[in-house]
Amino acid sequence: MNEVGRADVEDFLYHEAALLDAWRLDEWLELLTEDATYRVPSNDRPDSDPKSALFTIADDIRRIRARVARLKDPHAHAESPRSRTRRLISNVRIVEQSPLLVEANFIIYRFRGNEDVRQYVGRYRFTLETRDGKFRIKSREAFLDAMELASLGTVSFIL
Amino acid sequence: MDTRALVLNEPQAMRFEINRAALVDPAIFAAERERVFERCWLYVGHESEVRAPGDFRTRMICGRPILFCRDSAGELRVFLNTCRHRGTVVCRESEGNAERYTCFYHGWTYDRDGKLYAVPGQNAYPPSFDKSQLGLLPPPRVDSYRGFVFLNFDHGAASLREYLGRATEYIDLVLEQSPSGRMEVIHGTQEYDIRANWKLLVENSFDDYHLLTTHATWLDYLKSSGVEIKRPEKGHLLPSHGLGKDLGHGHGTTDNVNFRGRPVAAWIPIYGEAAKPELERIRAELVQRLGEARAKRVADTNRNLLIFPNLVLLDGSSVSVRSFQPTAPDRMRVRAWALGPVEETPLARQVRLDSFLTFYGPGGFATPDDIEALESVQIGLGAYKEVQWSPLSRGMAKEGEQLNTDEAHLRAFWVQWDKLMRAA
Repeated sequence: MNEVGRADVEDFLYHEAALLDAWRLDEWLELLTEDATYRVPSNDRPDSDPKSALFTIADDIRRIRARVARLKDPHAHAESPRSRTRRLISNVRIVEQSPLLVEANFIIYRFRGNEDVRQYVGRYRFTLETRDGKFRIKSREAFLDAMELASLGTVSFIL
Repeated sequence: MDTRALVLNEPQAMRFEINRAALVDPAIFAAERERVFERCWLYVGHESEVRAPGDFRTRMICGRPILFCRDSAGELRVFLNTCRHRGTVVCRESEGNAERYTCFYHGWTYDRDGKLYAVPGQNAYPPSFDKSQLGLLPPPRVDSYRGFVFLNFDHGAASLREYLGRATEYIDLVLEQSPSGRMEVIHGTQEYDIRANWKLLVENSFDDYHLLTTHATWLDYLKSSGVEIKRPEKGHLLPSHGLGKDLGHGHGTTDNVNFRGRPVAAWIPIYGEAAKPELERIRAELVQRLGEARAKRVADTNRNLLIFPNLVLLDGSSVSVRSFQPTAPDRMRVRAWALGPVEETPLARQVRLDSFLTFYGPGGFATPDDIEALESVQIGLGAYKEVQWSPLSRGMAKEGEQLNTDEAHLRAFWVQWDKLMRAA
């Protein structure tokens, strides 16, 4: 099997970011495997396991889908009206080829109502699968650098 | 400041209204710190957060830097985290284990029990300099109830036990989930700000009137995952019967028949088939230890308990300890933890933590909508000079029991707040 190149992974991550910033959540779901996970650990325990530590988000695929269903509902008040987000992804690194483990830095600017901008800064860790020549996300972790969520408040959109 | 007209309480006329200035005015906010927060028992932390000698946590409580730690003899200690020399915070880490606490500025060093151990160049101080009088100072009062540690800045305050009063019955009920009666704070802290007055979170934490509307998507999530949500009985808003109770001294609780999933033995499909036998085992242990009736009380009822003024025990989809510090009239810092029985199996712990995230916290399916509600209220309160009063009279015309969707327990909070604000 050919080695995966960084440019290919970058294209994929940029595509994912574009879908999320555009709130094209159903299309985003199609990027996930049938057993995908999405996790955001508590800020004070970044290297933990959700089986033994409290996380901010620890979704299996069912809860990811439920999260998307919720976010599409106008009664998800925290995101209704929706935030505008803009994701900048950089420092993309292929950490391992098999399984394909990718890390990247992110800054997500979030705007809502007349609030000041909120800046979510951190690091992604993805496990990707290749199927029919396309990447699929098997696990997706977002580690926030902030010592505590503090003025970031909630993580009500997909980080 | 005129505090006479902040809570309008006319039982005869069945009127109870809150002056919105109480949620906005900076002068009231400043008075509140002195009259409420500096007179009440305030939650510091749980004994399980500092297990071993030398373990420490630092936090801000009522504007004071607090060092919460365990000394070499294994005793819990609470200190004002300020060097007796210039005032520097002696311990600048949020948590850890320390042999001693050394102020980095001039090097004054304190033992784990607060005694001043070393002062560089001590010989330059005059003879009156007494090292034995310059240890880290504790707050005026420190006490604990079943693992929950509190402080009080008022030397003359009643004992913690007296202060908690009837609320202990509900703390005990939560702790009965554990065979040994001991629960621990699980690793991982949810710390976040809400741009709203702290009293709005008090109300929100045990107001069930908002459940159907604010948390419509959470109820949909439960339903779509196979949880049966019954139609409310006539005259009720919620799928199950629930009460709101005034526990005295400003404390209060909801006391509800459970319809949601609970890690103490109310399985729902979200937990997965693999967890079913484990929850049956937990249920069986409860029945064996407590008898059928009390086991049902522990497992099949849920409660959100307010310990006046700023501690909440949420015993619903999981158990959460939540305390919050006002930082401005329109801002607070919230800290929340998950609490679990010390003897819990890894599988039960996993269910507990997963169930927590279905509802609670900044990434949960419900808490973000609560936060949105409180922040929307605070924006609306910008008109407090023109739109002055908020009614809080649900249930007032009713004899006997008050529902969780009534407001008797919220009124109990405000009556106590008002009483303290009026005291000279």
